[in-house]
Amino acid sequence: MIQIKNLCVGYPGWPVLKHATLELTPGKVVAILGPNGSGKSTMLKAIAGILPKTSGDILLDAQPLERFSPREIAKKVAYLPQSRVVPNISARRMVLHGRFPYLAYPRHYGKRDWDMVETALSRVGAEDLAERALPTLSGGQRQKIYLAMALAQDTQTILMDEPTTYLDMNCQLEVMALVSHLAKEGKTMILVLHDLCMALQHADQIILLQDGKVMYCGTPEELYQNHSIEDVMKVRIGRISTTLGWRYFYL
Amino acid sequence: MKIFQKSCMGPGSKKYFLETVVSLVVLTSAASLASLTFGAVDIPIQEVISVLFGHGEELQRQIIFLARLPRLFGCLLAGTALATSGVIIQGVLSNPLAAPNIIGVNAGAGLAVALCSTFVPALGLAIPLAAFCGAMLGTLLVLLISERAGASRITLILAGVAMSSIFSAGIDAVLTFFPDALNGYSDFRIGGVKNLSMSRLAPAFWIILFTLLVALSLSNELDLLMLGGESAQSLGLPAKQMRLLLLAVAAALAGAAVSIVGLLGFVGLLVPHIMRRLVGEESFPLLLSSALGGAALLTICDLVSRLLFAPFELPLGIVLSLMGGPFFLWLLFRQKRRPHL
Repeated sequence: MIQIKNLCVGYPGWPVLKHATLELTPGKVVAILGPNGSGKSTMLKAIAGILPKTSGDILLDAQPLERFSPREIAKKVAYLPQSRVVPNISARRMVLHGRFPYLAYPRHYGKRDWDMVETALSRVGAEDLAERALPTLSGGQRQKIYLAMALAQDTQTILMDEPTTYLDMNCQLEVMALVSHLAKEGKTMILVLHDLCMALQHADQIILLQDGKVMYCGTPEELYQNHSIEDVMKVRIGRISTTLGWRYFYL
Repeated sequence: MKIFQKSCMGPGSKKYFLETVVSLVVLTSAASLASLTFGAVDIPIQEVISVLFGHGEELQRQIIFLARLPRLFGCLLAGTALATSGVIIQGVLSNPLAAPNIIGVNAGAGLAVALCSTFVPALGLAIPLAAFCGAMLGTLLVLLISERAGASRITLILAGVAMSSIFSAGIDAVLTFFPDALNGYSDFRIGGVKNLSMSRLAPAFWIILFTLLVALSLSNELDLLMLGGESAQSLGLPAKQMRLLLLAVAAALAGAAVSIVGLLGFVGLLVPHIMRRLVGEESFPLLLSSALGGAALLTICDLVSRLLFAPFELPLGIVLSLMGGPFFLWLLFRQKRRPHL
């Protein structure tokens, strides 16, 4: 469980996130939406302990974030940034990096670490990619490997900053299906998304930010009905009922 | 070529890495033996071995113990130090263009060595310590400037080039006013291993041994830093502190090397790039193979510098650039054809 109370994050004279108060419950897909510069990535980085807060509180399992060491935070929260360096290492080795927070004396990865890596690769369906060099993988395949790394990190919460950006539609759907599956297994999946329709379709909870403030927080149905997404994002969204549930589209 | 097709680490990669290490050990050993054997006066291998075991003629003993052995150790130590320093700097800064001579580390160390040789020449340990302080100061200044100016990869390189020029001007100024401060000015500027003695190598040897062990023990941390600061932090690594610690290690390595061979460039850029193609980008195999590769490269270049126009010698730095430059360009063209290697 993550609780955010009156949280402010930013830089001297430039507050990015202003007085945010939220509660993020396990087993849900939470989408953070908002225009560019509204503080979405800042919120993720603050929860991951990467950006310091200027005031307010972030509670992890009812304990203030600052009570935890960086390694302890990394055992509770995994964070996948939007852009990253792609080293020329195997996908398996990349997933193994997720075990770093658990690395203890004599500083060698043990059998449990390697077992966790294999399990994580299999959970995202990427066993066949394990030996491939990371730069040779497509964007969608890489995103699977990063997700496997987060799973190897064995955390309750996974934060993903724009996980579907630059992916083709098939890959986007595959990643979102994985995200939904992991939430059903009990993980808290918090995603920054730009595709509003995708967020409405896949999220259990949506947080809408504008100018660093939380404008709305609720279920997709609530936000669709009160037109808050349309008000903030300045786009019109429609939907049709299908046998698979509501499907959203831009008007 | 099989060797370039398996740059990815995978099953059997451990075997492949071991093959690479064994090949480099054999190459370095052969180059070392050749370095002791060939020169202005050739000494047969069996005589060299005999001298090393405490026998042999007095003249041969003097040539080997007073001239060739210190020179060989100088090449092995400086090659190891510069190459591993390059691996660390490139990893920590996530910048494949970075190298000790490019981001101002060597020049900072060089200025400190020039000042130290001028004002406290009698203190043996002072020179490697001054080299470390100069290298660290150079690194921190470049980091500070590039962070203030935007911290992009190009800014860092440009800040390094600017600081290197300033430090080099400082070295020139010191040596203009005190021309006898450094024994062999051109050797120091171009890089060379003339006039070395075991006593001069000793402090650098301990610094290089210690910092190399520290670097190898921090290879997991270096792997994480290569993913970028945010990724490293999200995996529980205090990225800022670790970056500074590793840069201090790289500065100590480069500083110790400068105290031996002067401002020798290129090794810290060339060797890590070659080794990356052979063993991939994982830090532990990369550090180990670069250490061996750097030692082998400098030993071979020194041998060529002595034999090419024997009994005259070319400065080591010139031979290194003439041999390494074309090879590096060939690698770049090869990379263009096969970008993921």
